[in-house]
Amino acid sequence: MDNLIDARGLACPEPVIMVQQAVKKSNDFQIIVDNNIAVQNITRFCNNKGFSITKKDENGEFILHITKK
Amino acid sequence: MKEYGKIIITGAVVGIIAVILTVMGNPGNMGFCIACFLRDMAGSVKLHTAPIVQYFRPEIVGLVVGAFGASIAFKEFKPSGGSSPITRFILGFIVMVGALMFLGCPLRMMLRIGGGDLNAIIGLVGFVVGILFGIFVLNKGFSLKRAYTLEKPEGVAFTGIMVFMFILFIMVPSLFVFSESGPGSMRAPVLIALIAGLIVGILAQRTRLCMVGGIRDAVMFQDFYLISGFIAIAVFAFIGNAVAGKLMIGFAGQPVAHTDGLWNFLGMALAGWASILLGGCPLRQLILAGSGNSDSAVSVLGMIVGAAFCHNFGLASSTDGPSANGQMAVIIGFIVVVIISVLNIKRRGNE
Repeated sequence: MDNLIDARGLACPEPVIMVQQAVKKSNDFQIIVDNNIAVQNITRFCNNKGFSITKKDENGEFILHITKK
Repeated sequence: MKEYGKIIITGAVVGIIAVILTVMGNPGNMGFCIACFLRDMAGSVKLHTAPIVQYFRPEIVGLVVGAFGASIAFKEFKPSGGSSPITRFILGFIVMVGALMFLGCPLRMMLRIGGGDLNAIIGLVGFVVGILFGIFVLNKGFSLKRAYTLEKPEGVAFTGIMVFMFILFIMVPSLFVFSESGPGSMRAPVLIALIAGLIVGILAQRTRLCMVGGIRDAVMFQDFYLISGFIAIAVFAFIGNAVAGKLMIGFAGQPVAHTDGLWNFLGMALAGWASILLGGCPLRQLILAGSGNSDSAVSVLGMIVGAAFCHNFGLASSTDGPSANGQMAVIIGFIVVVIISVLNIKRRGNE
């Protein structure tokens, strides 16, 4: 999938930096992470910056769907 | 706002517990200091033999075990590792060289500010500058690459070592060396120190409290969550010290500190830069190590070995000021951090 960013295994702040760069290019994309800390940090980033975020839990990995509000 | 409440309360609890620990016997403004305590522990098992800084600090055991328990209870225990371990070991070593130039980790820096030690404000300025360099590198694409999920025994190993060593410390104390004078001889009762560590370990695991992350997130993402806890530590330590009659505002005569501004600045700049490349301050590395993260455990091992080198080779400052060897080590540390920074920059999205 073109708009799926793989941030599994990366420690924060890298997943958040990837989201920060992605929102400059796209208003609709997904990122896959594998830990709660990344989920919380990305969620806080999206809430602060006015993006909607939905979370899908798949066997300990999380697919976050981020869209412009 | 509920989130902010939790981290501010955590910062407040850390600040107040730290003051209580100093009232109960720990050195001044040293309720907690990850750098100093790891250094003391290295000395207690004779990795170095500096006679005034040798003690097996139960606070560290409490922090790790508290984080381990909280991560299990909240299903966040996750054995993982493999993200540039030797580089992390070196960075942990360098964090310690910088911290022992200043005489404190970033957490103790805030506790020193809370005690009125103005030298620590110069340290804080250096710390921020180091973090800004680190942020520049992160924005350029710095990465120590991904970690991989590992088996449970690997995730438990670091906590297991801590618990085993603590049991030895209680059962066969004659195996260890304990300072008879100096900071290593100043200690809160074992049980109180252990409980203090456990409480802070649990809270820090739940809130992700991190000194480096606080400034980093504020600058990079305009996210003020972590920095709220960071500031709360100093504010509540200040209040606690005022209540306990331990507040002493000034530069000279501060406990376990020196007044050389340039090297206080440079020491914390080095610690800040190396810490941001690791992804968190020494406290955060301990908490992550307890939560199953082998990369953080390797960073902590780097700090312990770094502490031993600092005392075996005369790199650590004393209350009289920095040593020439220490100044040289900080300069070498900067060179190594620059090399690590440059060589680990990649263009994101190329993999």
